Formats: sequence, structure tokens, C-alpha cells
Amino acid sequence: MRRYLIRRLGQALLVLWAAYSLSFALLSALPGDAISNRIASPDSGLTAESGAVLLRYYGLDQPLWEQYLRGIARAARGDLGLSLHTAQPVQDLLADTLPSTLALTGLALMVGILLAAVIALAVNYLPSARLRGLFAGAPSLFASVPTFVVGILALQYLSFTAGLIPSVDDGSLTALLAPAVTLGLVIAAPLAQVFGASIRTTRSQPFVHVLHAKGAGEGYIFRKDVFRNSSLPVLTLLGLAFGELIAGSVVTESVFARDGVGNLVVGAVNTQDLPVVQGVVLLSTTTYVLVNLAVDVACPFIDPRVLVGVTS
Amino acid sequence: MTLLTVDDLTVGYRGPNGLTPVVHQVSFEVEPGQVLALVGESGSGKTTTGHAVLGLLPANGQVIGGRIRFRDQELTELSAKGRRDLRGRAVSLIPQDPGVSLDPVRPVGAQVEDVLLLHTDLDRAARRERVHELFEQVGFTDVERRYRQYPHELSGGMRQRVLIAAAIAADPELIIADEPTSGLDATVQKQVLDLIDELRARSGTAVVLVTHDLGVAADRSDLIGVMQGGRLVEAGPTARVIGTPEHPYTRKLVESVPSRIDRRPAGRPSGDTVIEVRDLTKVFGRHTAVDHTSFEVRRGETFSIVGESGSGKSTTARILTGLTRATSGRVTVLGADVTALSRRGFRPLRRDVQIVHQNPYSSFDPRFDVFDVVEEPLRAFAPARWPWKRRAAHEDRVLAALEAAALPADFAERHPRELSGGQRQRVAIARALVLEPTVVVLDEPISALDVSVAAQILALLRRLQEDRGLTYVFISHDLAVVRAISDRVAVMSNGRIVEQGPVQDVFSNPQHEYTVQLLDAIAGRDLLVGAR
Repeated sequence: MRRYLIRRLGQALLVLWAAYSLSFALLSALPGDAISNRIASPDSGLTAESGAVLLRYYGLDQPLWEQYLRGIARAARGDLGLSLHTAQPVQDLLADTLPSTLALTGLALMVGILLAAVIALAVNYLPSARLRGLFAGAPSLFASVPTFVVGILALQYLSFTAGLIPSVDDGSLTALLAPAVTLGLVIAAPLAQVFGASIRTTRSQPFVHVLHAKGAGEGYIFRKDVFRNSSLPVLTLLGLAFGELIAGSVVTESVFARDGVGNLVVGAVNTQDLPVVQGVVLLSTTTYVLVNLAVDVACPFIDPRVLVGVTS
Repeated sequence: MTLLTVDDLTVGYRGPNGLTPVVHQVSFEVEPGQVLALVGESGSGKTTTGHAVLGLLPANGQVIGGRIRFRDQELTELSAKGRRDLRGRAVSLIPQDPGVSLDPVRPVGAQVEDVLLLHTDLDRAARRERVHELFEQVGFTDVERRYRQYPHELSGGMRQRVLIAAAIAADPELIIADEPTSGLDATVQKQVLDLIDELRARSGTAVVLVTHDLGVAADRSDLIGVMQGGRLVEAGPTARVIGTPEHPYTRKLVESVPSRIDRRPAGRPSGDTVIEVRDLTKVFGRHTAVDHTSFEVRRGETFSIVGESGSGKSTTARILTGLTRATSGRVTVLGADVTALSRRGFRPLRRDVQIVHQNPYSSFDPRFDVFDVVEEPLRAFAPARWPWKRRAAHEDRVLAALEAAALPADFAERHPRELSGGQRQRVAIARALVLEPTVVVLDEPISALDVSVAAQILALLRRLQEDRGLTYVFISHDLAVVRAISDRVAVMSNGRIVEQGPVQDVFSNPQHEYTVQLLDAIAGRDLLVGAR
């Protein structure tokens, strides 16, 4: 188990480094940056001298490889640099916006899991075949309607027409509900599909037949055996769906005009505020890697055979 | 009072063409403490009948007519809840295939405890106590450790013991044992059947034993019901049914049992040595699969390697056919030292050394029809000059091979999917023959087949050997089959050959203790051989 953990942690660090380097390379390849753009803009009123001072202040006058190495060394110490736009430390910007995004993604995750579980159970256990079929169509429907469409429609009807929820973030739970559901729908689709199929596969296993022969009812069998056996693929997918959640939060925050990490990064990309973009990339990669690490560590507890495969 | 009365039972499966009956008007009775064996080949309806008694037909299955009476209860009219209450408590199941009949993510003790949780008021401590007691009854020591183990930590025989413990946990009056030992090694099969016998003798439980193995039925039952095509064609006391079978199908089954097939005459002539194995060793990681084995195979004879799972017999076969490389030792096939050969270097030998697998279907390319399957070796070794004319160029040889395997020529156009297990194995044999090899390695070629089909394949193999002077290396776990086909035999255990010699010597005068154990474990040995 320990060797397994160490190996997984090593992989996680490698992924973080790769994400940092790749985003650095991509962003450096773009012409210009926030400061140069400001200097070049005729109505900035900056002289050549003060422009050079600015460039030196942010370290943008150094060769690329030096910027890269310094950046990595700083990031390793937890210092993500200064925003080129507002001159605030990037970690402060993230700390300001993170709670809002966490609340959104957290609630969305719960909504997604709940929805997926309801659909998966309905598809497998409803007594009427017609009803089961109806629920079976739900995941493809969710998956095929883009987030921004659901979001805009929700805003249109729930806020503007019905006036049930505020259209801008006022910090209340009701304001959070519409974007969370919008975002939750996206991850509910694959989860429901996999959980439903997984339950179906498990229920056709011979050991479930044996449980019936012991006199157990469906409820007993689901609680004791089917749930645990079919949750492993769902858990793995949940780790992957987390990426979806991070990506989806960018769109959702824009549509619902929420001040979150998503909105921060949209602004930063528009102004080519490189340190902020890099900070967000590092943050989302770290979360993604940590969640997947947690999933991998949890798997052996659900299915003891996983570890056998790892050690041998 | 009769425990179980099945009267005129008809069961059907709903399919695209409506309800198709698969069990027709089956009637039998089981008294308390009796063992009824339902014997039949695949598709005979024996398992469906057993499951109908449990009320556990598949979702598309349905009892169409007839009655199932258990004591004074009419099971076909019972509510779902009433049946659940009966299942596990009064009527329990010992399932087929212990490998997949336990939940892989729960400790085995908890899975026995299920029955107590569902059917008794015992508290947690008392339930655990009872599971320990049951584990002792099925022959486990160190019961608390067993309780906490997971299925993947137990062997097949131990898993079946767990399932038996669960089946007897609530002292049922009737146990449906559905092929309880198929897939287990012969010695393990004997232990498991002995255990069921012993528990039954102690508690007076009646058993319906569903089996394809007439030998098992002969050894372990009071009554036999023979099923064919969904009908019970013959039923009666075991000794009578085996001794003087009345129905032609029963006679055919009894004749097909491998231990009744004629042995080959001793001392058949054999030629020069074609395979020589010296000190062969194969190591996988820390595990030694084959451990310093030596033997010779002579031209025209059948040399059998017999052993249980994990004995190293299949690894030996794979080395002989160049599919795995030896770790050390020397293997000479037709004068070539194959241990020194690369994959490429072995290629010319493949023309002379062919293999037939246990499960032919998985060795066929799913896109191929029978012609393509049989022709494939020709494409590799004798490619047609014009590829688009290959069918015409190879037709004669493919049809000849099919004919040799006793398959009609029009089978060439069919797809393996449409064929039965026996027909598929004939196709695999035709494919092995098409290059006219010298040596054929047969790896459990009849283990997956019904007895009557297996007997036909065995007869075919014998005829081909006599006609073509083939040399067979025959790998099997089944001593009765080995006796019917071999000239010489080697007994393998844990990677070593513990005994080898002419088949008569090994069978009538076994030297090694393990051989004796194996011979004892042949099911139906006494009754069937004695009846001749």
C-alpha cells in the first residue's frame, strides 16, 4: 500500500509540472502580454522609460527560460507571482474567488450524484418497463444539451419571467441553486449512465442469484452487495467528472455572472494576464490530481482485489 | 409424507417468438432424506427444473403448467414474499461455479451470515458463533480467519465449502445442488461430494442433485431421473437405471461414460522417438510451473499428461508447441532442439506440430466462416499464387480435412457461431489436420463437451490416429478419458511428473500415492465398471 501511494504521488507531481510547463509554453507563444500591450497602446500615456521599468518590475525583460525557471521555483514555494493587471499577488486573487467557486462546484457535485443515483436506480428497479425506458433516455438528453443553453434558459424563465431566483449572485443559497443544477446536469449524465449499467451488470452476476436463493429481497441485495460492487466504476468516473466540473464552472460563472475562479480566468485570458492564468491552471490541476489520488486510494477499500492487482 | 412433489411441470421461456416450452410435463417425488439426481446433457432442462423448484427462473422464464408441492405448500401459488421466506430456510441452493457465486467484495463469513440474518432472530454474536460452527462442519480450521477472508483468497474447493455452509446454515429440508462440482478438480470434487453426503447423513436433508456426470449420479444418489430435450425420459432407483437402462437415451449415456469406453489393446506398435524432453523447467516469477520433467513420446502413440489444475500440464503443452519458452532443460521435437529456437525459428516446425484447444470457439477468428478457419494454416504455409483465387486453390484440401473430421462439406459455408460445441471441436480438429502434421497436441479437447459428444470425438481421434499414424500428446484432468485413449501416461503434480508408464501399469498398479488418490476420485468408477 505504501509503495502504491508513493508511486501515485510521484505521478501527481509529474502531472503538475507538465501542466505548468505546457501552459507556460502555450502562453509564451502568444504574441504580447498584459504589460507590453499596455505600453504599445497609444492612449496608455506611458513613456518608453516607465514601460521599461514596468517590464523589469514584473521580470518580463528576462529571457524566457529564466522566467520559466524563476516561475517554477517561486510556485514550489507557494508564491504564484503578481497579476500583470492589478499588481495583486495571484494567490490573493485566488483566495478571494475560490470560496464562491467551491460552493458552486460542491453543490453541483451533490446535485449531479443525487440525480445520477435516482436515474440509475429508476432505470434498474422501476416495475414498469415503459417507465424504465423513459429514465434510460435521461442521460443522453442531459449530455447533449450544452451547459450555456440550460443556464440561459434557467435564467430566462426562473429569474426574469418567474422571478423565483435572483439573476446575479447575492450570496444567497437560492442564487446558487440555478447554476449548481445547471452544472450538475452535465456530470449527472455520464455518472447515471455508468452507474445504471454497472448495477445492471452486477445484478446479472451469479452471486446475486445465490443471494436470491438465500431468500434475500431486492433491498437487502442492493444494500449489501449490488451497491458496493457497482460503485467502483462510478468512483473512477467521478474523478474524471471533476475535470468536467472545473471546465463547466467557467461557462456557468460567466452565464450567471458570478465572481469565481472561472470568471477570474476568463478576464485574465482576455488581458493576457499570464501569472493569473498560470495560477488558475496550477490550482485546477492540483485539485484534479488530488481528487483522483483520493479515488485511487479509496478503491482498494471498496474492492480488496484492486490491491492484489497492484502488488503482484 | 413426501417432501417434494413435482407434477406435470412445464416451464417456458419468453422469446421474440412467444413462449417456448423448455421443460415438458416433468413429474417426480423426493422423500425426506433422499437424493434424486437429475442427469442430462446441456439444454436438457435439468437446471431449469431445479430452479423452478426454487422459484428462481430467469426473468423471461415462467411456469406454464403443473404443480410443485413442498410438504403441504403449493409453491406455484405462493406469493413472492412467501417464496422468499422458504428460500434459504427450507429449500436452499448449492450453486454451480463457486468462482463467481460469492460476492467478491465481502468477507465470506458475512455471506454465510446472510442466511442467519434473513431467517433467524439471532443477535450479532450468536450469528458469528453459528458461522464458526458451520465453518467447522464444512471442514475449516482457524474459522475466525476464514470468516474475514475474501473469496479471491480461497481456492475453488474452499469457496464451494463456504457456499455449502451457507446452504445448510438454516437447517433446510431440501437442498438443490446445481452441478456443485463441475469445474473442480477430481480430488476436490470427491471431497466436496463426500462433505455433502456426510452433512446429509447427519441432518437427514433431501437433495436434488443436478449433474451432467452420470458417474457422480451413480455414486451419490438414491434415485436417478434422466432428462433429454426437456423431458424426463427415465426415472427410477439408481442401481436399476444404471444397471438395466430401459430408455435408449439412458443406454447411450451409460455407454458414453469414459470409464466404459473400451480400452485400447496393450502394446500397440510404436516407432522412433519424436519428442524428447529432458529436465524441462519453466519458472514464472517466483512460481515454478514445470519442475525438471523428462519424458519421451514415440511415433504413432498417444502419450497423455494427466494432472489437476496448476499441475503444469498445460504449460508443458505450450512449450512443446513453441508458444512459451522453457527456462531450462532440453526439448527436442522431430530432431530439432526447440528450446534453442526463436519464434521465427520454430515456424517450420508448426507444419508438423499442431494444437487443439479445450475451447475451440475462442481460438477462431470471429469474422471467419468454417472454410476460412480450416484454411488459415494453408494460407500461412502454402499461400495460393493468386490470393483472390485462394478459395479455389485450397478447396480440395479444406474439404478433405473436414471429411476427415467427419463434417459434411456444406459446413464450409457456415459460421462457427451456428455450430454446436462438438461440431466446433471437429472444425478445430480439421484445422489441425489440414497441414497433415506428425504430432497433434490435444489440450483438454473434450472437457467442455457433453459426454455423448465427447465419446464421439474420442472415437474420431482414435480412428484418425490409426488411419494416419498420428502422434498425440493428450493433456487431460480426467483419468477415465486418459485410460480410454492413451498408450502411455505421465501423472503430473505441482510441476513434477510423479509417475509415468504404460497406461495399464499405471492404472492397475499405481506406485505413487497421488496417482492412487486420483484413481479413487474417479466418479462412478465401481458401479459403472462393475456393471460390465
